[in-house]
Amino acid sequence: MSSSEPTKQRSRDSLGNVIVVALGVSIVCSILVSTAATVLKPRQEANEERFRQTIVLDVANLYEPGADVGSLFEQIETRIVDLETGDYVDMDDPAAFDPVAASRDPAQSIAIPPGEDIAGIKRRSNLAPVYVVRTPTGAVEQVILPVYGKGLWSTLYGFLALEPDGNTVRGLQFYEHAETPGLGDGIDKPAWRAQWPGKQLTDAAGEPRIEVVRGMAAPDSPYQIDGLSGTTLTGRGVMNLVRYWTGAEAFGPYLERIREEAENNG
Amino acid sequence: MAEKRKVLIDPIVDNNPITLQVLGICSALAVTTALLPALLMCVALTVVAAMSGAAISSIRHHIPNNIRIIVQMTIIASFVIVVDQALKAYAFETSKQLSVFVGLIITNCIILGRAEAFAMNNGVGMSFLDGLGNGLGYSAVLILVAAMRELFGAGTLLGYPILETVAAGGWYEPNGLMLLPPSAFFIIGLIIWAVRTARPKQVEKPEYQIHEVHRTEVL
Repeated sequence: MSSSEPTKQRSRDSLGNVIVVALGVSIVCSILVSTAATVLKPRQEANEERFRQTIVLDVANLYEPGADVGSLFEQIETRIVDLETGDYVDMDDPAAFDPVAASRDPAQSIAIPPGEDIAGIKRRSNLAPVYVVRTPTGAVEQVILPVYGKGLWSTLYGFLALEPDGNTVRGLQFYEHAETPGLGDGIDKPAWRAQWPGKQLTDAAGEPRIEVVRGMAAPDSPYQIDGLSGTTLTGRGVMNLVRYWTGAEAFGPYLERIREEAENNG
Repeated sequence: MAEKRKVLIDPIVDNNPITLQVLGICSALAVTTALLPALLMCVALTVVAAMSGAAISSIRHHIPNNIRIIVQMTIIASFVIVVDQALKAYAFETSKQLSVFVGLIITNCIILGRAEAFAMNNGVGMSFLDGLGNGLGYSAVLILVAAMRELFGAGTLLGYPILETVAAGGWYEPNGLMLLPPSAFFIIGLIIWAVRTARPKQVEKPEYQIHEVHRTEVL
Protein backbone atom coordinates (compact mmCIF):
# COMPACT_ATOMS: atom_id res chain seq x y z
CA MET A 1 0.00 0.00 0.00
CA SER A 2 1.46 3.41 -0.95
CA SER A 3 1.97 6.09 1.63
CA SER A 4 -0.49 8.44 -0.07
CA GLU A 5 -3.47 6.15 0.61
CA PRO A 6 -4.38 7.43 4.11
CA THR A 7 -4.18 11.07 2.90
CA LYS A 8 -6.35 10.27 -0.05
CA GLN A 9 -8.87 8.57 2.21
CA ARG A 10 -8.91 11.57 4.53
CA SER A 11 -9.46 14.08 1.72
CA ARG A 12 -12.20 11.87 0.33
CA ASP A 13 -14.02 11.98 3.68
CA SER A 14 -13.51 15.71 4.14
CA LEU A 15 -16.57 17.89 4.59
CA GLY A 16 -15.85 19.69 1.31
CA ASN A 17 -15.77 16.46 -0.66
CA VAL A 18 -18.93 15.15 1.04
CA ILE A 19 -20.80 18.26 -0.08
CA VAL A 20 -19.32 18.22 -3.58
CA VAL A 21 -20.15 14.54 -4.15
CA ALA A 22 -23.61 14.81 -2.62
CA LEU A 23 -24.47 17.85 -4.72
CA GLY A 24 -22.91 16.43 -7.87
CA VAL A 25 -24.72 13.10 -7.60
CA SER A 26 -28.02 14.83 -6.81
CA ILE A 27 -27.74 17.19 -9.77
CA VAL A 28 -26.74 14.51 -12.28
CA CYS A 29 -29.45 12.14 -11.04
CA SER A 30 -32.18 14.76 -11.03
CA ILE A 31 -31.30 15.80 -14.58
CA LEU A 32 -31.44 12.15 -15.63
CA VAL A 33 -34.81 11.55 -13.95
CA SER A 34 -36.46 14.76 -15.11
CA THR A 35 -35.23 14.29 -18.68
CA ALA A 36 -36.67 10.78 -18.79
CA ALA A 37 -39.97 11.92 -17.28
CA THR A 38 -40.33 14.87 -19.66
CA VAL A 39 -39.32 13.04 -22.80
CA LEU A 40 -41.59 10.06 -22.12
CA LYS A 41 -44.59 11.96 -20.77
CA PRO A 42 -46.51 12.44 -24.05
CA ARG A 43 -46.25 8.74 -24.79
CA GLN A 44 -47.38 7.77 -21.29
CA GLU A 45 -50.36 10.11 -21.41
CA ALA A 46 -51.34 8.72 -24.79
CA ASN A 47 -51.14 5.23 -23.27
CA GLU A 48 -53.31 6.21 -20.28
CA GLU A 49 -55.85 7.83 -22.56
CA ARG A 50 -55.98 4.84 -24.88
CA PHE A 51 -56.34 2.53 -21.91
CA ARG A 52 -59.31 4.50 -20.56
CA GLN A 53 -60.85 4.52 -24.03
CA THR A 54 -60.39 0.75 -24.22
CA ILE A 55 -62.29 0.33 -20.96
CA VAL A 56 -65.09 2.65 -22.12
CA LEU A 57 -65.38 0.65 -25.34
CA ASP A 58 -65.23 -2.61 -23.45
CA VAL A 59 -67.95 -1.65 -20.99
CA ALA A 60 -70.09 -0.42 -23.89
CA ASN A 61 -69.54 -3.78 -25.57
CA LEU A 62 -68.06 -2.06 -28.62
CA TYR A 63 -64.50 -3.27 -28.19
CA GLU A 64 -62.99 -5.43 -30.89
CA PRO A 65 -59.64 -6.99 -30.04
CA GLY A 66 -56.98 -5.94 -32.49
CA ALA A 67 -58.94 -3.00 -33.89
CA ASP A 68 -57.61 0.53 -33.52
CA VAL A 69 -58.94 1.96 -30.27
CA GLY A 70 -58.78 5.56 -31.48
CA SER A 71 -61.02 4.98 -34.49
CA LEU A 72 -63.43 2.75 -32.55
CA PHE A 73 -63.74 5.52 -30.01
CA GLU A 74 -64.90 7.96 -32.67
CA GLN A 75 -68.40 6.46 -32.53
CA ILE A 76 -68.64 7.57 -28.89
CA GLU A 77 -69.60 11.14 -28.07
CA THR A 78 -67.76 12.69 -25.11
CA ARG A 79 -69.83 15.37 -23.35
CA ILE A 80 -69.50 17.32 -20.13
CA VAL A 81 -72.48 17.41 -17.77
CA ASP A 82 -73.29 19.83 -14.97
CA LEU A 83 -74.26 17.37 -12.25
CA GLU A 84 -76.44 19.88 -10.41
CA THR A 85 -78.81 20.46 -13.33
CA GLY A 86 -78.11 17.46 -15.53
CA ASP A 87 -77.51 19.73 -18.52
CA TYR A 88 -74.72 19.44 -21.05
CA VAL A 89 -72.00 22.09 -20.78
CA ASP A 90 -69.95 23.13 -23.79
CA MET A 91 -66.23 22.72 -23.43
CA ASP A 92 -63.50 23.08 -26.03
CA ASP A 93 -61.80 19.78 -25.31
CA PRO A 94 -64.12 17.57 -23.27
CA ALA A 95 -61.73 14.62 -23.51
CA ALA A 96 -59.12 16.56 -21.52
CA PHE A 97 -61.41 17.24 -18.54
CA ASP A 98 -60.35 15.31 -15.45
CA PRO A 99 -63.16 15.11 -12.85
CA VAL A 100 -60.88 13.63 -10.20
CA ALA A 101 -58.43 16.54 -10.50
CA ALA A 102 -61.34 19.01 -10.54
CA SER A 103 -62.75 17.49 -7.34
CA ARG A 104 -59.60 18.67 -5.53
CA ASP A 105 -60.15 22.28 -6.60
CA PRO A 106 -62.62 24.03 -4.25
CA ALA A 107 -63.71 26.35 -7.09
CA GLN A 108 -64.78 23.45 -9.27
CA SER A 109 -66.18 21.06 -6.70
CA ILE A 110 -68.41 20.67 -3.68
CA ALA A 111 -67.85 18.90 -0.38
CA ILE A 112 -70.16 15.93 0.07
CA PRO A 113 -71.91 15.96 3.47
CA PRO A 114 -70.56 12.99 5.48
CA GLY A 115 -73.98 11.32 5.73
CA GLU A 116 -74.36 11.26 1.94
CA ASP A 117 -70.79 10.30 1.17
CA ILE A 118 -71.44 6.59 0.78
CA ALA A 119 -68.74 6.32 -1.90
CA GLY A 120 -66.15 7.72 0.53
CA ILE A 121 -64.78 10.36 -1.83
CA LYS A 122 -65.29 13.51 0.33
CA ARG A 123 -65.56 15.94 -2.61
CA ARG A 124 -66.96 15.72 -6.08
CA SER A 125 -66.46 17.85 -9.16
CA ASN A 126 -69.34 20.07 -10.29
CA LEU A 127 -68.88 18.85 -13.84
CA ALA A 128 -68.39 15.31 -15.06
CA PRO A 129 -67.75 13.73 -18.45
CA VAL A 130 -70.23 11.26 -19.91
CA TYR A 131 -69.83 9.08 -22.97
CA VAL A 132 -72.88 8.77 -25.17
CA VAL A 133 -73.41 6.09 -27.79
CA ARG A 134 -76.15 6.94 -30.31
CA THR A 135 -78.06 4.83 -32.77
CA PRO A 136 -77.75 5.80 -36.47
CA THR A 137 -80.96 7.85 -36.10
CA GLY A 138 -79.40 9.91 -33.32
CA ALA A 139 -81.32 8.48 -30.38
CA VAL A 140 -79.32 7.61 -27.28
CA GLU A 141 -78.41 3.94 -27.32
CA GLN A 142 -76.47 3.90 -24.06
CA VAL A 143 -74.60 6.25 -21.76
CA ILE A 144 -71.34 5.52 -19.98
CA LEU A 145 -70.63 7.26 -16.68
CA PRO A 146 -67.28 7.50 -14.93
CA VAL A 147 -67.65 6.24 -11.36
CA TYR A 148 -65.26 5.96 -8.46
CA GLY A 149 -65.25 5.32 -4.75
CA LYS A 150 -63.54 3.58 -1.88
CA GLY A 151 -63.28 -0.18 -1.74
CA LEU A 152 -61.41 -2.00 1.00
CA TRP A 153 -57.88 -0.64 0.48
CA SER A 154 -58.08 1.71 -2.41
CA THR A 155 -60.19 4.00 -4.51
CA LEU A 156 -61.74 2.12 -7.42
CA TYR A 157 -62.07 3.94 -10.73
CA GLY A 158 -64.32 2.58 -13.42
CA PHE A 159 -67.08 3.08 -15.93
CA LEU A 160 -70.75 2.16 -15.70
CA ALA A 161 -72.75 1.72 -18.91
CA LEU A 162 -76.51 2.24 -18.71
CA GLU A 163 -79.45 1.79 -21.06
CA PRO A 164 -81.27 4.98 -22.14
CA ASP A 165 -83.81 4.31 -19.38
CA GLY A 166 -81.04 5.41 -17.00
CA ASN A 167 -81.76 2.43 -14.80
CA THR A 168 -80.73 -0.79 -16.55
CA VAL A 169 -77.06 -1.67 -16.32
CA ARG A 170 -75.19 -2.55 -19.49
CA GLY A 171 -71.88 -3.17 -17.78
CA LEU A 172 -69.47 -2.11 -15.09
CA GLN A 173 -65.72 -2.21 -15.36
CA PHE A 174 -62.89 -0.78 -13.31
CA TYR A 175 -59.62 0.43 -14.74
CA GLU A 176 -57.73 1.27 -11.59
CA HIS A 177 -57.81 -0.08 -8.05
CA ALA A 178 -55.56 -1.79 -5.55
CA GLU A 179 -57.88 -4.34 -3.96
CA THR A 180 -56.50 -7.56 -2.53
CA PRO A 181 -54.82 -9.60 -5.28
CA GLY A 182 -56.54 -12.95 -5.63
CA LEU A 183 -59.65 -11.83 -3.70
CA GLY A 184 -60.91 -8.26 -4.19
CA ASP A 185 -59.41 -8.02 -7.64
CA GLY A 186 -61.98 -10.62 -8.68
CA ILE A 187 -64.14 -7.62 -9.59
CA ASP A 188 -62.04 -7.47 -12.79
CA LYS A 189 -62.92 -11.05 -13.74
CA PRO A 190 -65.20 -11.48 -16.74
CA ALA A 191 -67.35 -14.01 -14.85
CA TRP A 192 -68.17 -11.50 -12.14
CA ARG A 193 -68.66 -8.59 -14.52
CA ALA A 194 -71.07 -10.72 -16.55
CA GLN A 195 -73.60 -10.53 -13.72
CA TRP A 196 -74.12 -6.80 -14.11
CA PRO A 197 -75.76 -6.45 -17.53
CA GLY A 198 -79.56 -6.35 -17.18
CA LYS A 199 -79.61 -5.48 -13.51
CA GLN A 200 -81.82 -2.60 -12.33
CA LEU A 201 -80.40 0.22 -10.21
CA THR A 202 -83.69 1.29 -8.60
CA ASP A 203 -87.17 -0.12 -8.19
CA ALA A 204 -90.32 1.46 -9.66
CA ALA A 205 -90.52 3.89 -6.73
CA GLY A 206 -87.00 5.13 -7.46
CA GLU A 207 -85.44 3.60 -4.36
CA PRO A 208 -81.86 2.42 -4.93
CA ARG A 209 -81.98 -1.38 -4.86
CA ILE A 210 -78.84 -2.55 -6.62
CA GLU A 211 -76.95 -4.68 -4.14
CA VAL A 212 -73.80 -6.78 -3.95
CA VAL A 213 -74.80 -9.51 -1.52
CA ARG A 214 -72.75 -11.86 0.60
CA GLY A 215 -73.12 -15.39 -0.64
CA MET A 216 -75.56 -16.25 -3.39
CA ALA A 217 -77.75 -13.66 -5.04
CA ALA A 218 -81.40 -14.65 -5.36
CA PRO A 219 -81.51 -16.31 -8.79
CA ASP A 220 -84.19 -14.15 -10.38
CA SER A 221 -83.48 -10.93 -8.53
CA PRO A 222 -83.14 -7.97 -10.87
CA TYR A 223 -81.13 -6.12 -8.23
CA GLN A 224 -78.71 -8.56 -6.62
CA ILE A 225 -75.12 -9.38 -7.57
CA ASP A 226 -73.19 -12.30 -6.04
CA GLY A 227 -70.45 -11.04 -3.78
CA LEU A 228 -67.25 -12.99 -4.28
CA SER A 229 -66.18 -14.81 -1.14
CA GLY A 230 -63.49 -12.93 0.72
CA THR A 231 -64.48 -9.64 -0.85
CA THR A 232 -67.32 -8.43 1.36
CA LEU A 233 -65.86 -4.94 1.79
CA THR A 234 -64.74 -4.54 -1.82
CA GLY A 235 -68.24 -5.61 -2.91
CA ARG A 236 -69.86 -3.16 -0.54
CA GLY A 237 -67.60 -0.41 -1.91
CA VAL A 238 -68.65 -1.25 -5.46
CA MET A 239 -72.33 -1.22 -4.49
CA ASN A 240 -72.00 2.11 -2.68
CA LEU A 241 -70.12 3.86 -5.43
CA VAL A 242 -72.64 2.71 -8.04
CA ARG A 243 -75.49 3.90 -5.82
CA TYR A 244 -73.77 7.22 -5.15
CA TRP A 245 -72.94 8.10 -8.74
CA THR A 246 -76.35 7.10 -10.09
CA GLY A 247 -78.15 8.79 -7.18
CA ALA A 248 -79.71 12.24 -6.94
CA GLU A 249 -76.50 13.76 -5.57
CA ALA A 250 -74.49 12.89 -8.66
CA PHE A 251 -75.71 11.76 -12.10
CA GLY A 252 -79.38 11.50 -11.01
CA PRO A 253 -80.55 14.72 -12.73
CA TYR A 254 -78.68 13.81 -15.90
CA LEU A 255 -80.12 10.29 -15.96
CA GLU A 256 -83.58 11.79 -15.50
CA ARG A 257 -82.97 13.93 -18.55
CA ILE A 258 -81.79 10.94 -20.61
CA ARG A 259 -84.89 9.01 -19.56
CA GLU A 260 -87.20 11.81 -20.65
CA GLU A 261 -85.37 12.14 -23.94
CA ALA A 262 -85.75 8.41 -24.56
CA GLU A 263 -89.49 8.49 -23.71
CA ASN A 264 -90.11 11.45 -26.00
CA ASN A 265 -88.31 9.74 -28.85
CA GLY A 266 -89.99 6.43 -28.19
CA MET B 1 -11.03 -12.90 -19.77
CA ALA B 2 -11.63 -15.92 -17.57
CA GLU B 3 -12.30 -13.58 -14.69
CA LYS B 4 -14.86 -11.60 -16.68
CA ARG B 5 -16.58 -14.81 -17.63
CA LYS B 6 -16.66 -15.91 -14.03
CA VAL B 7 -18.17 -12.59 -12.88
CA LEU B 8 -20.88 -12.86 -15.51
CA ILE B 9 -21.68 -16.59 -15.32
CA ASP B 10 -21.14 -17.37 -11.63
CA PRO B 11 -24.29 -15.64 -10.32
CA ILE B 12 -26.49 -17.74 -12.57
CA VAL B 13 -26.10 -21.00 -10.65
CA ASP B 14 -23.00 -21.07 -8.46
CA ASN B 15 -23.58 -17.77 -6.70
CA ASN B 16 -27.22 -17.11 -7.50
CA PRO B 17 -28.60 -14.03 -5.71
CA ILE B 18 -31.87 -15.78 -4.89
CA THR B 19 -30.94 -19.40 -4.23
CA LEU B 20 -27.56 -18.87 -2.54
CA GLN B 21 -27.62 -15.31 -1.23
CA VAL B 22 -31.41 -15.52 -0.61
CA LEU B 23 -31.96 -11.88 -1.66
CA GLY B 24 -34.79 -10.31 -3.64
CA ILE B 25 -37.39 -12.85 -2.51
CA CYS B 26 -40.20 -10.32 -2.09
CA SER B 27 -40.48 -9.39 -5.75
CA ALA B 28 -39.88 -13.01 -6.74
CA LEU B 29 -43.11 -13.87 -4.93
CA ALA B 30 -45.08 -10.94 -6.25
CA VAL B 31 -44.43 -10.78 -9.97
CA THR B 32 -44.29 -14.46 -10.87
CA THR B 33 -47.98 -15.27 -11.32
CA ALA B 34 -47.52 -15.03 -15.08
CA LEU B 35 -44.51 -15.26 -17.36
CA LEU B 36 -44.84 -11.97 -19.24
CA PRO B 37 -44.70 -9.59 -16.26
CA ALA B 38 -41.91 -11.70 -14.80
CA LEU B 39 -39.87 -11.32 -18.01
CA LEU B 40 -40.38 -7.57 -17.95
CA MET B 41 -39.38 -7.44 -14.30
CA CYS B 42 -36.21 -9.42 -15.13
CA VAL B 43 -35.27 -6.96 -17.85
CA ALA B 44 -35.94 -4.00 -15.56
CA LEU B 45 -33.89 -5.42 -12.70
CA THR B 46 -31.01 -6.53 -14.92
CA VAL B 47 -30.77 -3.11 -16.56
CA VAL B 48 -30.83 -1.36 -13.18
CA ALA B 49 -28.26 -3.74 -11.69
CA ALA B 50 -25.83 -3.36 -14.60
CA MET B 51 -26.22 0.40 -15.03
CA SER B 52 -26.06 1.27 -11.34
CA GLY B 53 -23.07 -1.06 -10.87
CA ALA B 54 -21.21 0.73 -13.64
CA ALA B 55 -22.24 4.21 -12.46
CA ILE B 56 -21.31 3.59 -8.83
CA SER B 57 -18.04 1.98 -9.81
CA SER B 58 -17.10 4.94 -12.01
CA ILE B 59 -17.18 7.34 -9.05
CA ARG B 60 -16.10 4.87 -6.37
CA HIS B 61 -12.83 6.73 -5.70
CA HIS B 62 -14.70 9.94 -4.94
CA ILE B 63 -17.60 8.66 -2.84
CA PRO B 64 -16.99 9.64 0.80
CA ASN B 65 -17.22 6.62 3.05
CA ASN B 66 -19.73 8.12 5.46
CA ILE B 67 -22.35 8.90 2.82
CA ARG B 68 -21.68 5.99 0.47
CA ILE B 69 -24.98 4.18 1.05
CA ILE B 70 -27.09 7.25 0.39
CA VAL B 71 -25.07 8.01 -2.75
CA GLN B 72 -25.60 4.43 -3.96
CA MET B 73 -29.32 4.64 -3.19
CA THR B 74 -29.65 7.93 -5.08
CA ILE B 75 -28.03 6.48 -8.17
CA ILE B 76 -30.04 3.25 -7.96
CA ALA B 77 -33.31 5.12 -7.38
CA SER B 78 -32.66 7.34 -10.39
CA PHE B 79 -32.12 4.38 -12.69
CA VAL B 80 -35.22 2.67 -11.33
CA ILE B 81 -37.35 5.74 -12.03
CA VAL B 82 -35.95 5.99 -15.55
CA VAL B 83 -36.71 2.32 -16.19
CA ASP B 84 -40.17 2.66 -14.67
CA GLN B 85 -40.95 5.66 -16.86
CA ALA B 86 -39.70 3.83 -19.94
CA LEU B 87 -41.89 0.81 -19.18
CA LYS B 88 -44.93 3.06 -18.73
CA ALA B 89 -44.21 4.56 -22.14
CA TYR B 90 -43.32 1.41 -24.10
CA ALA B 91 -44.84 -1.58 -22.27
CA PHE B 92 -47.90 0.04 -20.73
CA GLU B 93 -50.20 -2.97 -20.25
CA THR B 94 -47.59 -5.17 -18.61
CA SER B 95 -46.21 -2.35 -16.49
CA LYS B 96 -49.73 -1.92 -15.10
CA GLN B 97 -49.62 -5.53 -13.94
CA LEU B 98 -46.24 -4.97 -12.30
CA SER B 99 -47.70 -1.93 -10.47
CA VAL B 100 -45.43 -0.94 -7.61
CA PHE B 101 -42.89 -3.69 -8.03
CA VAL B 102 -40.77 -1.89 -10.58
CA GLY B 103 -40.50 1.04 -8.16
CA LEU B 104 -39.63 -1.40 -5.41
CA ILE B 105 -36.50 -2.48 -7.32
CA ILE B 106 -34.95 0.44 -5.38
CA THR B 107 -35.24 -1.59 -2.22
CA ASN B 108 -34.28 -4.86 -3.84
CA CYS B 109 -31.39 -6.22 -1.77
CA ILE B 110 -29.65 -7.64 -4.83
CA ILE B 111 -28.95 -4.20 -6.29
CA LEU B 112 -27.69 -2.52 -3.14
CA GLY B 113 -25.87 -5.69 -2.11
CA ARG B 114 -23.91 -5.83 -5.38
CA ALA B 115 -23.24 -2.08 -5.32
CA GLU B 116 -21.81 -2.25 -1.82
CA ALA B 117 -19.99 -5.56 -2.14
CA PHE B 118 -18.73 -5.38 -5.71
CA ALA B 119 -19.08 -2.05 -7.50
CA MET B 120 -17.38 -0.10 -4.68
CA ASN B 121 -14.23 -2.21 -5.10
CA ASN B 122 -14.04 -3.08 -8.79
CA GLY B 123 -13.67 -1.40 -12.16
CA VAL B 124 -16.49 -0.08 -14.30
CA GLY B 125 -16.50 -2.91 -16.84
CA MET B 126 -16.36 -5.64 -14.20
CA SER B 127 -19.10 -3.98 -12.13
CA PHE B 128 -21.29 -3.75 -15.22
CA LEU B 129 -20.77 -7.48 -15.87
CA ASP B 130 -21.39 -8.31 -12.23
CA GLY B 131 -24.68 -6.42 -12.29
CA LEU B 132 -25.61 -8.09 -15.54
CA GLY B 133 -24.70 -11.53 -14.17
CA ASN B 134 -26.69 -11.05 -10.97
CA GLY B 135 -29.60 -9.73 -12.95
CA LEU B 136 -29.46 -12.85 -15.11
CA GLY B 137 -29.24 -15.07 -12.02
CA TYR B 138 -32.35 -13.39 -10.61
CA SER B 139 -34.00 -13.71 -14.02
CA ALA B 140 -33.23 -17.43 -14.27
CA VAL B 141 -35.05 -18.14 -11.01
CA LEU B 142 -37.91 -15.74 -11.76
CA ILE B 143 -38.53 -17.21 -15.21
CA LEU B 144 -38.50 -20.76 -13.84
CA VAL B 145 -40.92 -19.88 -11.02
CA ALA B 146 -43.20 -17.83 -13.27
CA ALA B 147 -43.31 -20.52 -15.95
CA MET B 148 -44.33 -23.15 -13.39
CA ARG B 149 -46.91 -20.89 -11.76
CA GLU B 150 -48.52 -19.79 -15.00
CA LEU B 151 -48.47 -23.28 -16.50
CA PHE B 152 -50.01 -25.04 -13.50
CA GLY B 153 -52.05 -22.12 -12.21
CA ALA B 154 -53.67 -21.04 -15.46
CA GLY B 155 -52.68 -23.72 -17.98
CA THR B 156 -51.00 -21.14 -20.22
CA LEU B 157 -47.53 -19.83 -21.02
CA LEU B 158 -47.23 -16.16 -22.05
CA GLY B 159 -51.00 -16.29 -22.40
CA TYR B 160 -51.01 -19.14 -24.94
CA PRO B 161 -52.95 -22.20 -23.76
CA ILE B 162 -50.69 -25.22 -23.17
CA LEU B 163 -52.82 -27.34 -20.87
CA GLU B 164 -56.47 -27.10 -21.95
CA THR B 165 -58.36 -26.01 -18.84
CA VAL B 166 -61.72 -27.44 -17.86
CA ALA B 167 -63.24 -23.96 -18.17
CA ALA B 168 -62.10 -23.87 -21.82
CA GLY B 169 -63.45 -27.35 -22.50
CA GLY B 170 -60.24 -29.28 -21.86
CA TRP B 171 -59.10 -31.67 -19.15
CA TYR B 172 -56.85 -29.62 -16.90
CA GLU B 173 -58.20 -28.34 -13.59
CA PRO B 174 -56.00 -25.30 -12.79
CA ASN B 175 -54.35 -25.26 -9.40
CA GLY B 176 -55.49 -21.98 -7.84
CA LEU B 177 -52.81 -22.13 -5.16
CA MET B 178 -50.21 -21.57 -7.87
CA LEU B 179 -51.57 -18.07 -8.41
CA LEU B 180 -51.20 -17.14 -4.75
CA PRO B 181 -47.88 -15.93 -3.28
CA PRO B 182 -47.23 -18.98 -1.03
CA SER B 183 -46.75 -21.21 -4.07
CA ALA B 184 -43.75 -19.11 -5.10
CA PHE B 185 -42.28 -19.79 -1.66
CA PHE B 186 -42.68 -23.53 -2.20
CA ILE B 187 -41.22 -23.43 -5.70
CA ILE B 188 -38.24 -21.29 -4.68
CA GLY B 189 -37.69 -23.61 -1.73
CA LEU B 190 -37.69 -26.62 -4.05
CA ILE B 191 -35.29 -24.86 -6.43
CA ILE B 192 -32.90 -24.06 -3.57
CA TRP B 193 -33.11 -27.70 -2.48
CA ALA B 194 -32.38 -28.92 -6.00
CA VAL B 195 -29.45 -26.53 -6.50
CA ARG B 196 -27.91 -27.40 -3.15
CA THR B 197 -28.28 -31.10 -3.77
CA ALA B 198 -26.47 -30.70 -7.09
CA ARG B 199 -23.86 -28.34 -5.56
CA PRO B 200 -23.32 -29.56 -1.98
CA LYS B 201 -20.76 -26.77 -1.46
CA GLN B 202 -23.66 -24.31 -1.19
CA VAL B 203 -25.09 -26.03 1.87
CA GLU B 204 -24.52 -23.81 4.87
CA LYS B 205 -22.84 -25.18 7.97
CA PRO B 206 -25.24 -25.41 10.91
CA GLU B 207 -24.77 -22.40 13.18
CA TYR B 208 -24.74 -24.54 16.31
CA GLN B 209 -25.21 -28.13 17.28
CA ILE B 210 -27.20 -29.40 20.18
CA HIS B 211 -24.72 -30.60 22.75
CA GLU B 212 -25.34 -34.13 23.88
CA VAL B 213 -25.29 -34.26 27.65
CA HIS B 214 -23.63 -37.19 29.31
CA ARG B 215 -24.75 -38.42 32.67
CA THR B 216 -21.38 -37.68 34.15
CA GLU B 217 -21.76 -33.98 33.29
CA VAL B 218 -25.15 -33.69 34.95
CA LEU B 219 -23.97 -35.17 38.16
